[in-house]
Amino acid sequence: MANKNSYEEVMKRRSEIMKKSVGLDYSEFETKGIGFDYDKMMEGTGYSINEVKKIQAETGVGNTPLLELKNITKLVRKLAPEGKGARIFLKDEASNPSGSYKARRAAVSVYNAKKLGYKGVIAATSGNYGAAVASQAAMLGLDCIIVQECYDSEGKGQPEIIEKARKCEAYGAEVLQLSVGPELFYQFLLLLEETGYFNASLYTPFGIAGIETLGYEIAEQMLAKENKLPDVVIATNAGGGNLTGTARGLLKAGADDVKIYGASVNLKGLHMASDKQFNKKSFTTGHTGFGIPFSTWPDRSDVPRSAARALRYMDRYVTVNQGEVFYTTEVLAQLEGMERGPAGSVSLAAAISIAQELNEDQIIVVQETEYTGAGKHIQPQLTFAKENGIDVKIGNPEEEVPGDSIILPEHPKMIKARDLDLDKLRKSYIKNCINNTGIDKPSKEDIEFLAVDTKTNVEFIKKALEEI
Amino acid sequence: MTKAKQGDWVRIYRIILTPEERAPQVPDDTKEVSLEMWDKGFLLDNEAKIGDEVEVETYIGRKVKGKLVEINPYYTHDYGKCVTELLYIGRQTRELIKEETLNG
Repeated sequence: MANKNSYEEVMKRRSEIMKKSVGLDYSEFETKGIGFDYDKMMEGTGYSINEVKKIQAETGVGNTPLLELKNITKLVRKLAPEGKGARIFLKDEASNPSGSYKARRAAVSVYNAKKLGYKGVIAATSGNYGAAVASQAAMLGLDCIIVQECYDSEGKGQPEIIEKARKCEAYGAEVLQLSVGPELFYQFLLLLEETGYFNASLYTPFGIAGIETLGYEIAEQMLAKENKLPDVVIATNAGGGNLTGTARGLLKAGADDVKIYGASVNLKGLHMASDKQFNKKSFTTGHTGFGIPFSTWPDRSDVPRSAARALRYMDRYVTVNQGEVFYTTEVLAQLEGMERGPAGSVSLAAAISIAQELNEDQIIVVQETEYTGAGKHIQPQLTFAKENGIDVKIGNPEEEVPGDSIILPEHPKMIKARDLDLDKLRKSYIKNCINNTGIDKPSKEDIEFLAVDTKTNVEFIKKALEEI
Repeated sequence: MTKAKQGDWVRIYRIILTPEERAPQVPDDTKEVSLEMWDKGFLLDNEAKIGDEVEVETYIGRKVKGKLVEINPYYTHDYGKCVTELLYIGRQTRELIKEETLNG
């Protein structure tokens, strides 16, 4: 007889466990074919943006300062052609209670868990989200378990993740640390089953609704400060939620013309589930290892349908290299007097490059920062990189090879936002839809769904389908 | 301290999946090793020494079994060593905007 807790057996119970633990019946949003009713799912939270604001205000989440980075803008104008160099503003999300924008995401989930009568919440995360859920759970009096992927098979842990474990424990959470592997999800399911707690997944509509206030505040604050909306908002992109929620919030504020750019750290060539490569990367999130697979197949997440759908909102997607982000983090401290964590500087590094393409009267908003500290500061991260055989040097970032080197740009003019081919990613998503559903003749409704879900049009989808 | 008594705060270790039990999709290097777990809690056994199989009650009250690996565990992550490669950045960027702010 098969062990009922074997990997295979637990995975078979996946949807049943999920249904109980999210309090949402995803089958209600399913339509025939490839698509599903995304808008209905998002409305399924039952919370309007004003209600979300109120929920977040109760625990001191949101309303973070929007600061103009005057010295970095000056630096950009030194590098840009005459008349170019947009003004850069930064949303200081590190001032949320748990030190990152993830507090917004956790606030609605934990509030909802409590409302539905769950005794506790569980989240599978090695990042800032764990601290955010633990902090919110502490405020609302719920138990909290965080499951982290933390160590390689030699027991060596990423300092950044260890710091997050410490922070979760500081908020009274139990932290279960695992070695490398996608079976974290298996352990997560077992815990949900054992405890009956709420699955505070990053990808439920509650989590995404929580981020909408970020976009909404950007529009409100920008109008109050400058009497105009920004031209571009750049969001660091990994699982897609940050970008999706921010874009939706901007739309809800009526900021329809603002361009939404995604930025990820380039970790090309590193396998995310590889034990040996686990400690070769110096970023645990905000990187292409999540950004690309989640853009091209968002429903790979831990819920049946992900509310985080980056391609649905993204106008441009760029990458920056690890060395450029470390450099930018140092510049933020040295020129703007703001010491923040490196993962929060991914989109700022991209902004330094993109601002040089725009005119001086244009505005870019970088929509997040994160807290920094022991383990999560650029110094321990680079120390760790060196200990793991990464060559840290000053030079041309173009020559950086993820897993082999980190190259700090010799000069800030070498910081470059490198474009990913968005149409190629869109086609890859369409292909994944076909392959994963087995539907090779999409209906009219499917085509319309795909057009909206990729921010394109019916002609683009039809042409893409012909190519596949 | 190598011996813990009931109620002591300890760290435990357990193998969740052996290499044979791992998921089919994991890369080859990961499939060669076990999926391991670490957790913390108050010791429920009367007493135990490092390496013993024990049971703990976690901070939120779950009971978990595993091998005792640390008593009064603490964090040692820090601010790293002096990364000399970073030292030029502040000076360089301040110099670049200097003319404008001070002499310009």
